[in-house]
Order: sequence, then structure tokens, then C-alpha cells
Amino acid sequence: MESSDQRVTYLNVAHTVSSWLLTIDHKRIALLYLVSITVMFFLGGLMATAIRLELLTPAGDLMDSDTYNKAFTLHGVIMIFFFLIPSIPATLGNFLIPIMVGAKDLAFPKINLLSWYIYIIGATFGLIATFTGGLDTGWTLYTPYSTAFATTNVVLPATGLFITGFSSILTGFNFIVTIHKMRAPGLTWFRLPLFVWAHYATSLVMVLGTPVIAITLFMVILDRSGFGIFDPTIGGDPVLFQHLFWFYSHPAVYIMILPAMGVISEIIPAFSRKKIFGYGFIAASSLAIAIIGFLVWGHHLFTTTQSMYAAVVFSVLTFAVAIPSAVKTFNWAATMYRGSVSFEAPMVYAIGFMGLFLIGGLTGLFLALLGLDMHVQDTYFVVAHFHYIMVGGAIMGYMGGLHFWWPKITGKKYPELPAQIAAALIFIGFNLTFFPQFIAGYAGMPRRYHYYPDEYQVLNVCSTLGASILAIGYVLPLFYLFWSLRHGEDAGKNPWGVLGLEWTIDSPPHPHNFHETPIVDYEPYDYPEAAHALGLHHVEPEATAHV
Amino acid sequence: MSEVVSRLQPHFATEQQQYETSTFGMWVFLVTEVMFFGGLFTAYLIYRLQYPQAFINASHHLDITLGCFNTVVLIGSSLTMAMAVHSARVEKSKMIAFWIAMTMVLGSIFLGVKAIEYTQKWEHGLFPANFFLQAADAGQQRIFYSLYFAMTGLHATHMVIGMGIMVYIAVQALRGAYTARWYTPVEIMGLYWHFVDLVWIFLFPLLYLLGRHH
Repeated sequence: MESSDQRVTYLNVAHTVSSWLLTIDHKRIALLYLVSITVMFFLGGLMATAIRLELLTPAGDLMDSDTYNKAFTLHGVIMIFFFLIPSIPATLGNFLIPIMVGAKDLAFPKINLLSWYIYIIGATFGLIATFTGGLDTGWTLYTPYSTAFATTNVVLPATGLFITGFSSILTGFNFIVTIHKMRAPGLTWFRLPLFVWAHYATSLVMVLGTPVIAITLFMVILDRSGFGIFDPTIGGDPVLFQHLFWFYSHPAVYIMILPAMGVISEIIPAFSRKKIFGYGFIAASSLAIAIIGFLVWGHHLFTTTQSMYAAVVFSVLTFAVAIPSAVKTFNWAATMYRGSVSFEAPMVYAIGFMGLFLIGGLTGLFLALLGLDMHVQDTYFVVAHFHYIMVGGAIMGYMGGLHFWWPKITGKKYPELPAQIAAALIFIGFNLTFFPQFIAGYAGMPRRYHYYPDEYQVLNVCSTLGASILAIGYVLPLFYLFWSLRHGEDAGKNPWGVLGLEWTIDSPPHPHNFHETPIVDYEPYDYPEAAHALGLHHVEPEATAHV
Repeated sequence: MSEVVSRLQPHFATEQQQYETSTFGMWVFLVTEVMFFGGLFTAYLIYRLQYPQAFINASHHLDITLGCFNTVVLIGSSLTMAMAVHSARVEKSKMIAFWIAMTMVLGSIFLGVKAIEYTQKWEHGLFPANFFLQAADAGQQRIFYSLYFAMTGLHATHMVIGMGIMVYIAVQALRGAYTARWYTPVEIMGLYWHFVDLVWIFLFPLLYLLGRHH
């Protein structure tokens, strides 16, 4: 064994720019993605800042309607397509899945790099569009406005999204093949970490859903160029666009939330020092969410020409998605029960996730109700609901995972106290931002307007105040995580004293991850026995006694 | 022998694993392709049910003879592609290149005929952006032609991409890169080409044949 300062890691194996830009190491590609999506996150956050500042007062005083339309459109487009969709899969998933299945790399390392370049090209289109007039259609690009009336350049951003979609397809494609074909000896399907199960389900959605949005955007681009697929003046059906759009864009929510659920399923047993409760149910519920998730898109069309009978079916199926989601939440809670729980930053995020996802999920049931949806359709209630899922759920999971695996990725520990403070700020700021929006929406405040009646002002001031706290919570990690790169304590192989293949290898890992292929002859999350066998010091006898 | 071993990429344990991974990957990719075309097929079927007569009227402007001819050509190209894969299996490198070249010839004939058809449609004012058909249901027929050009255009794009990769594979074959032990790219190329062929097998009846009784 070489001494630790001479050890070859994926970070120090080469230092040239081309060694990064031409790398086929999944760990380096994960970092390329991490940097790119962080830039996009703060760009999308800039748009959010503009929105929140504008909404501080009832009058439209900061910007005119057209500018505001562009601000919320770009906020949505950037956050969804360029941040949330790739967030966990392309960074943590890319880094961890080969390690978790005991492989040296993903099945197709070059395609993995290609996916990053496709992302960058797509994002470049998106950014050029942003700075050459923007886009004002809303992120949903509804026809016929987007095809026939919008005066902004629709083709450029639509092309960008079309291209970016393929990066997502290739990531999902790589994961599916890797999980099927690259598992280490002894690593059966039911020994896989739940993070891997969650990504398998996510990848199914990516591979089956994303091509449909791609072809739909292709049709929009054609219509902008004189075709008439969705043109109502010649008999085309704009609602058909909505069907095709939501066939992907609803499951896309599961692309964001399933990986976060995978992260939470790793963090909860780790910081409860307890075997996960209901492993099989959590694994199966990921697949159930992915499958049922494909059959609920019509709940976005309750107020359109969609037939009432179809709407009833979509409503019932939407309720059905709540079942596997609840299965997960209950199992996480049951895992914590009588565990030896500690509250390091990842666990704060995980518990925050459970609370926010609970509220987000339950308010989703309000929206699945045909009658109630008529009342809250296109109001801030909807905005609050999906932010609870996409920010409260997905981003909490992403931040929790980033902290949890930071020592593995960088080899350095982050400072715990600032991280806990940031996690708490994000939780508090998030609730203060978005809970008032449920109330405003229920009281009738419509989304996508930059002026509103005076009676909504108190709630909007709360929102903007919360958003300011949220912003501090998001900026803080940027500082202490960077700080830790230079000044952080060395992490060692297993700083948390937890189970999992990734914690048996060096931090940061060797370019080939494992010095020799691991043989997995034990069950996952085998606390406390396996942990004892490994001599993990964090396992306390009290926790053992309860099991 | 040593040449064959070098085909094993470092992240695989065995050649068998590498082979299975590649072919499985191609099948997963083809699933995404099905969904990709699926969006257009869905749009087509919805509008066909909504405007059956307009779609029949519109399809009468398509040249059924050229369509039939192209169908035969493309099925023939699937045969030549299968021959290329077979040649790889029995390790006849020159025959791989020959059959791939034949596939490309047939593919080029298909695209040439398609170009003639497109030109005719353009001249007859049936291209959507240039539409000047005088008929009571002209608008709905324009939807048909929007879908016709979108679907056949996307199909043709797939053929062009496939033929581009074929050039590379043919050159590699002539250099003796493929052996009976390792010819995965040829096999994967075959899967892709059969898929593209299969898409046409659905496009042809939907666009040219359905509802034409005389």
C-alpha cells in the first residue's frame, strides 16, 4: 500500500485541462456536471430573485409584463431542464452507481462523456436564447402561443432543450445497462443499495419519457417553420401538444424526486445506524412510482377539452401514486424509530426532505381532485405544491447527498456546524417562501402575473423574505465546501462509519475505484452486525439492543 | 490472439460481459427510438381518427408505385445488412465490406426516390410551409403533409446517420478489425438498420395505403 500522500486518486492522476475535458472516468464526468449544473442553478436563482423582488409590491414596478414573462419562463426552463433533471443522476449518480455496483466505470464511459458535451451544447443554445431576447412562453411552451404568436425566439431554446434531452437519455441508458450488466460477483438485485434502485427507476423514465418531449419539441420547431401540426386554424389540436408535453413532463417530476428518494434511503439508515425498514418495499415502490407516473399526465389537463371520463381515470391513478410515495415515507420513519439517530447535516436535509415532501405530496392530492383542481388551477397553490416537491424534495435530497458523499468525492470533510446551519436556513427559508403561496393560491392569486391586488401583499412579502433566507442557505455551502477543499480534515475511507461499497474504498477513490473486484456476500444495510464486523466505531450498543 | 484480447475494455471482466453489455445497450437505445417515433405516430393516429376523409384524400397525392418500390428496396437492404452480419460471423472481412456497400447502395436508392417524391410534393404545393392545395379540406390535408414530412424526414435522417456509420464500419472491416470472436459493431449496426427498416414498414401503410380502395 502506498502512503496516503502519494496515493493515486482520480483527482491527482492527471492535471491538464484536456485530462478533464476528455476524461472518460465517471467520477470526473460527475464533477464536470457538478460545476455546470451549479452555474445553471445560480443563473436560475437569479431569475427567481428577479421574480421575488418584483412581487414584493402589488404594482408592477420593477419590470414590465414582457420582461416578467421572460423571467419566470427562464427560471422554469433553466431550473427544470438544466439543473433539476441532471442534478442528482448526472452528479451523484454518475459518481456512485459504478462504485455501488462494484464496477470500474459505467458500461459506456465514452457515451457518458458525450452526454456531458450534449448537455453543454444544449445549455449553450439555451443561454444564447436567454441573452438574445429570451423566451416568454412559460417553461411549458404551450401551443398555439409558442407556435403562432410568441414574438420571442422559440426555435433556439426549443432546439436547446431538444439537444439537452439526449444527454438525459444517454445518462439513463448508461445507468440501465450498467445496473443490468456490470454488477460485482454476488451483488444480486436485492443486495443493491436503494440509491441504485431509485436510479434504475429514474433511468426508465428518462429513457422512455425523454424521447417523447424531444419529438414534441421537434414538432413545435416544425410548426414555427410553417408546418401545422398543432395549428387550430387548420384543424390542429393544441391539446394534443399538452398531452404529449405532459406525457414526459409529469414523469419528469419523478426524474427529479426518485433520485432524491434514493439519497434519503441511504442517509436515513446511515445516521440511524439501523437496518433500513422494508428494503423490498422501498425498492419496489421506486419502480411503482416510475410506472404509475407514466399514467397520470392527464391531471394537468383537467380544465381542457379532455373527456370527463379520462379525467376521472387520471384522477384515480394520480391518487394511486401517493401509495408508493407513502410506503417510502413510512419506511424511512420506521427506520429511524429506535435507531441511534444523530443530526449531521445530511440527516438534517433528510429529515427536512421528509417533512417537505410530505406537504408537497399531500397537496398533490388536492390537485388530483377534479373539483378542487378547478378552483386552484393556475394559482399559486400549484406553484407552491410543485416547489415543495421539486425544491423541498429534490433539492433537499441533492444537498443532503452532496454533503453525505462530499468526503468520498473530495477526500475532505466539510465543517459540520456551518453545514447544519445552512440546512436549517434552507428548511426555514423554504417554508417561509412557499407556504404562504398555498394560502395566496387558495385565496385565488393566479400565477404568472407580476401585479396583484393589495390583499395578497402580506403573503408575498413573507415569500420574498423567505426567499432571501433561502438564498443565504444556498450560497453558504458554496463557501464552506470550497473552504473544505483546502482546509478540510482528511476524510479517510469511511468518515461516517457506515456501510456500503463506496465506503470501503479510498477517498477520493482510485481511478479504477477498486483495487480488486469486490465480492458481495452480505445483505445491504446490515446494521448492526456487519457494522460491528467492520469495527465501525459509531455503532452504539444501545442501538443494537433494540433490534 | 493478442489482438483479440486488446478488444476488451478495462472496465469489463470478460469478453462475454462486454458483448452482452453492448448488445443490451443497443436494445435499450432502440426502445428510446420507439418512443421517439412514437410521439409522431401518436399524433398521426389521433388526427387520422379525427379527419379520416381528409387523410385519405391527402394520401391520394402520394405516389404508391414509388412507395412500393422503396419498400422493396429497403427490405432488400435489410437482407444485405443481415448478410454483412453473417459474413462477420464467419470471419470474411471483405464480404462484410461488400454487403455493407450493397446496403448503402440500396439505402441511397431509397433516399434518391424519396428526394424525387419530396420534389414532386414541393412542386404540387403540398409542402406544409409552401401549401397551396385548393380543396375544401385543405387545412386538414396540410396536417397530413406536416406529419408526412416530419415522419419520413426523421426516418430519412436516421438512414443518413446509419449510412455514415456504415462507411466507418466498412473501412474497419477492410482493415480486418472484425473477427469471429469480436464483431459487435457490425451486429449493432445490423440491429439499428433493421429498426430503421421496421419504422418504414409502419410508415408505408399508414401514409400510402390506408383507405385507398382504388
